[in-house]
Amino acid sequence: MTTTIDKVTTESHGDDHVHGHAEHHGPRGILNWLTTTDHKIIGLSYTITSVIMLVIGGALAEVIRGQLANPNGHLVTMAQYNQLFTMHGSIMIYLFAGPFAFGALANIIVPIQIGAPDMAFPRLNALSYWLYLTGAITMLLGFFVTGGAANFGWVGYAPLSDAIYSPGAGADLWIGGLMLTGFSAIFTGVNICATVFYLRAPGMTLFRMPIFTWNLLVVSILILLAFPVLTAGLIMLYSDRHLGTHIYTVVGGGSPVLWQHIFWFWGHPEVYILALPFFGMVTEIIPVFSKKPVFGYKGMVFATLTIAALSLGVWAHHMFTTGVVLLPFFSIMSLLIAVPTGIKIFNWIGSMWRGQIWFSAAMLFSIGFVVTFLIGGLTGVYLASPPLDFFTHDTYFIVAHFHSVVMALVLGAMAGLYYWGPKITGYMLNERIGRTQFWFLFIGTQVFTIPQYILGLQGMPRRMAIYPNDPQWQTLNTWSSVGAIMIGISTLLFIVNIVASWKKHPAGDNPWDAHTLEWFTTSPPPHHNFFRLPQIRSERPTWDHNHPDAKTLAHGKDAH
Amino acid sequence: MELTPRTPKGAPAKSRLRRLAIALALPIAGISLSGCTLPGFGAHQSDTTTGQSAYYLWQGFSVVAAIIGAFVLALIVYAVVAYRRKGDEIPKQTQYHVPLEIIYTVIPILIVIALFVATIVTENKVLAMPKTDVSINVNAFQWGWGFTYDKQNAISVGSTTESPVMVMPVDTDVRIVLTATDVVHGFYVRDFNFSRFALPGVKNQFTLHATKTGTFFGQCTQLCGLYHSIMYYKVKVVTQDEYQTWLNSFNTPEGKAAADAAKKVLKEQMSAHVPVKTEISRGAN
Repeated sequence: MTTTIDKVTTESHGDDHVHGHAEHHGPRGILNWLTTTDHKIIGLSYTITSVIMLVIGGALAEVIRGQLANPNGHLVTMAQYNQLFTMHGSIMIYLFAGPFAFGALANIIVPIQIGAPDMAFPRLNALSYWLYLTGAITMLLGFFVTGGAANFGWVGYAPLSDAIYSPGAGADLWIGGLMLTGFSAIFTGVNICATVFYLRAPGMTLFRMPIFTWNLLVVSILILLAFPVLTAGLIMLYSDRHLGTHIYTVVGGGSPVLWQHIFWFWGHPEVYILALPFFGMVTEIIPVFSKKPVFGYKGMVFATLTIAALSLGVWAHHMFTTGVVLLPFFSIMSLLIAVPTGIKIFNWIGSMWRGQIWFSAAMLFSIGFVVTFLIGGLTGVYLASPPLDFFTHDTYFIVAHFHSVVMALVLGAMAGLYYWGPKITGYMLNERIGRTQFWFLFIGTQVFTIPQYILGLQGMPRRMAIYPNDPQWQTLNTWSSVGAIMIGISTLLFIVNIVASWKKHPAGDNPWDAHTLEWFTTSPPPHHNFFRLPQIRSERPTWDHNHPDAKTLAHGKDAH
Repeated sequence: MELTPRTPKGAPAKSRLRRLAIALALPIAGISLSGCTLPGFGAHQSDTTTGQSAYYLWQGFSVVAAIIGAFVLALIVYAVVAYRRKGDEIPKQTQYHVPLEIIYTVIPILIVIALFVATIVTENKVLAMPKTDVSINVNAFQWGWGFTYDKQNAISVGSTTESPVMVMPVDTDVRIVLTATDVVHGFYVRDFNFSRFALPGVKNQFTLHATKTGTFFGQCTQLCGLYHSIMYYKVKVVTQDEYQTWLNSFNTPEGKAAADAAKKVLKEQMSAHVPVKTEISRGAN
């Protein structure tokens, strides 16, 4: 496709391999997968593992919604129900959303987007994955021990999570699994920071980095600030459980609220650690399918940095109802996050404005992301106001709010998979099944969350195995369960799509006429990603190379 | 470069578009429906003064959210409909519009400041601590509640099998002193539009000022273990006279005996886990 090469970065193997296969001579098959340090294979392992976690977590959610479809559901017992929502939340947050966000696509895409041959520390990268897998298995093993899995909610509030109120190995496996995945995240954070700072290709200045890479850099810094705090908190929780310390118990002079501070000091940056990579994915996808550069590139970068900075000062908005935090400070900090988030939404709309929008599956998922995130974002503003948080805290309003947000992330994840899937595997996914999947997921999400907003305002608390027999509550819960089934169907459609389009339609290097460096190399990329690189003179090197006449317009200039 | 000419494509593109438009309209419809069921965007009026302040704040936030939400959604729908692909021409590669970017940064900041001011005004009302003679101590435990009254014999204790009743006078500031004995619980009365954590080792204080008599449903909102789902209680708001009569009923010999028995139950609940905790910790060492 590309006939002119502006600049060739000559590697040791020279040009004779340009059209050949990857020159990697190592073990093949399962042994290759077990021993590899190639970021693309590690990233693929991350992708597969985290999508399996999404399916497991989703299956638990279906059981939860089955139980709640009736006020006096008998599908599971109260004890089982507590395990179900604890493990559903834990799997989705710790084992799906995080690892998918900064382990899966980031691992594959970030090095290629900046023209690097691999991550800065390939072996550390492999260690990250194996720690994550071990942690995931450790946490899931909880279902098979006496007493069952952890049952104190994914936030594990002390002292409910201590040895008195939650005896049994399930809780310990939860703590252990979480610590392992925490270390995995920290190592990935180190790795991405080092990669972005040291391995950028010539010409790839910081302000020419694609927004996805920018977001992952910011996320990695947040990981390094937040995750060590959680890991320390977990070690203290474990020591309270088994070593006789009293860090979170009143009896020995400790403080239960301390756990909440530590947890949310990690937990709120974590919200953005989860969200920013998906913001980044959507920021890549919307301009590509609108045939325009991202609108307000620098504003986007500063919005990301502002969100990250503010996210470190808002943790206690999860603790407004404890009565022991400084309300006005955490309220204004939380409200302010709406500003950079709003900038992002306007920039996404600006990227579509006067474009040529191609409604591919990836684009539909991205638009669905923006709409769903808008709902989750607006309802989040209410919760930043303490008097409003007082009467919605721990009700279904909260559940609906964060499910709007995380379901937006799932839509973003799907957008990313449809967009980058062809680059990773070399084959296209079926667009028609993709679009059907989108409608199920998008409509299902709204049918699932909107009744929950109303339920919360009518006073239904969260984490209830049974609820008072009120006909209106039942109707709303049933609708929510219908939404959950639609979401389940969309997940099945995704699996069907993978099977149906297995090695059918080769993708070519650049099926979407996309902008960034990963679309300059082959699909899948060779062992060290590139045989050659284009000139990098903007954040869209591949586009500039393919469309030399349609360069990004200079600042503030309206005319061509 | 001129704007791209309009060359509409065939029917499939149109029907796809219609489907997209319907799907995008769904969330608006859903949200406005939730707003229409009650005159408060889904929330309800409160039977306490503080809860009513929060309700008004809710309405204010909702108006702002509805306007912003409708505006942004309209922009998205317009962009999706108007700028769908009509040909292979490459649109103008605009990346920046600095005045516009400043506008959509500054206006949200102003809105945020307005919301914050409204929040602070309401918060000061909700959390005000006027002087009062009526003070109720609320103790939450796995899985029940104990209500005792300052300088009175009155008491109500109950767990999952029988909901306890917190009796309080109407049109009076009532101080609530809230704590928990074992794990974190949540004190929540739907009709009061208010909740507060019951934390072990912390005495949380707030004021309730009921404006209506009646019996209200309360329940624990913070996950506290196995029977969290059925940790109910009732709040009975009565007239001042009825309240005095109820208090006095605990001063008769039978009343005193009943109160003593209830106090014993509560004391057992409150100390149930403490010695166990110490023992186990020592054992582990």
